[in-house]
Amino acid sequence: MKKIINHKPSRTTSILLGLLPFALLILVYIIGSDARLAINPNDKLLPSFSQMGESMVRMAFEPSKRTGDYLFWQDTLSSLSRLALGVLIAACIGLLIGVLTGALPFFSISFSPILTVISLVPPLALLPILFIVVGLGEISKITLIAIGITPFIARDIQRRTQEIPTEQLVKAQTLGANTSQILIRVILPQIMPKLIDAVRLSLGAGWLFLIAAEAIASTDGLGYRIFLVRRYLAMDVILPYVAWITFLAFLVDYLLSKLNQRCFPWSQEIHS
Amino acid sequence: MSMIQAKNIGKRYGHDVILERANVNVDEGEFITLVGASGCGKSTFLKMILGIEGATDGQLLLDGKPIPNEPSADRGIVFQQYSVFPHMSVLNNVIAAKGFQKASITGHLFGKEKRIAKEQATAMLEQVGLSHALNRYPHELSGGMRQRLAIAQALICKPRILLLDEPFGALDPGIRADMHALVLDLWRKHKLTVFMVTHDLKEGFYLGSRLWVFDKVRHDPHSPNAYGASITYDLPVGVGKDSKPLYEEIDNQIRPILEVSMNTVAVAETLEKK
Repeated sequence: MKKIINHKPSRTTSILLGLLPFALLILVYIIGSDARLAINPNDKLLPSFSQMGESMVRMAFEPSKRTGDYLFWQDTLSSLSRLALGVLIAACIGLLIGVLTGALPFFSISFSPILTVISLVPPLALLPILFIVVGLGEISKITLIAIGITPFIARDIQRRTQEIPTEQLVKAQTLGANTSQILIRVILPQIMPKLIDAVRLSLGAGWLFLIAAEAIASTDGLGYRIFLVRRYLAMDVILPYVAWITFLAFLVDYLLSKLNQRCFPWSQEIHS
Repeated sequence: MSMIQAKNIGKRYGHDVILERANVNVDEGEFITLVGASGCGKSTFLKMILGIEGATDGQLLLDGKPIPNEPSADRGIVFQQYSVFPHMSVLNNVIAAKGFQKASITGHLFGKEKRIAKEQATAMLEQVGLSHALNRYPHELSGGMRQRLAIAQALICKPRILLLDEPFGALDPGIRADMHALVLDLWRKHKLTVFMVTHDLKEGFYLGSRLWVFDKVRHDPHSPNAYGASITYDLPVGVGKDSKPLYEEIDNQIRPILEVSMNTVAVAETLEKK
């Protein structure tokens, strides 16, 4: 008999085994939900899938009586555009700081200490300051996301820039390259796939800041909605919303990883 | 006047002396191979010529003036690895080298300039035998092809001096022989002055026109780094010269690097006697 460490499941088995925990989770939920609903049909804690479906149809395909919007799509659009804008700003600033501090000793020496300190400030603690300074509007939420993840991206890019072999930088100089040519032609293109990776890693934190900001001060958005309906114990809305947010997070991550493979095929291999 | 003059140069890191009292003159067009044990200063010497390390003692002169203290286009380099840009195709690697010659912010070439650069790059890649792989990326190339590309990149800039830092160390013996032929050919064709660091004494003996052996002259067993290495042999070499006895002598002298294998030989010998 083979040692268990050498056993590798076949492709079909792998897929089935991978799906098994999900199936179990759903099964456990259905059993629990049925049991509670059998005792009290008005129970709100574990709604059945059909109840959730009805609520979502109402949210997604019937205009709201108060505003006339399709709330689900409105929420999704607001949240995604806030997240996208915040992450985009963070990526641009992080890239600039990261490349400059990673490549130029003068920048590194003057910026690294402050970057370290800023990255230690808990961004959520800055939220009240943002509300006071820029108000409760869109800008405060976008700024929170940007402030929250810029230090991470900047430090990651700085490290990646320093990882580019010195040989390449010396080589470029022996080919006659000046500093800006090295930055733009040698370092920047090699950092772009790393930037996408850094963005993927920082999206988790991005969602956290988005939902936190929406929960505190907003009039729409996925985070706003789940915190709003919490008052009515509307688990039939909260649970699908959480699932939807999870799916969006997965989708964005997947698309970014595909983008990386598509645009930078050379970066999938070890550097030569 | 000699092109490169080393006047009593040395290199120290704190109390560790790497290189000391090296005195040599190099004329234009020589092909010098540098051999010696690891940590014997041969790569340090190369880095001094390259300009990324300075001498702590003495003077290193290029055309009678102190050598520039940063890399520039007159001294090309090929490292053992990481010498090419992984994000550019073979052709673009060489075109980019051409673009770097232009003093602009990005070094991008346009229009006529780009066309000329492309022609020159293609011709250069043909010389090194890469014309079949113009559109491939470095990660799709074998080790030998990558080094060919690195050489093409360096040569398109028409350097006076070509520095090779163990360029063939990671290649198979057969491919290495091809690369030797290529380097010799390019050296003659482009009238280069070549410095090549190598671990392989045989390569050093038969490839260049002049051989330097780096070794320690003085030893202090209690403080192995108190004395640095220097150039102990400076010989004219090359194809056709009868240098077998000398080869063996030097081989024996720098052999102790391979203490482990020497021990194995000793063990094997004792076993044989029994």
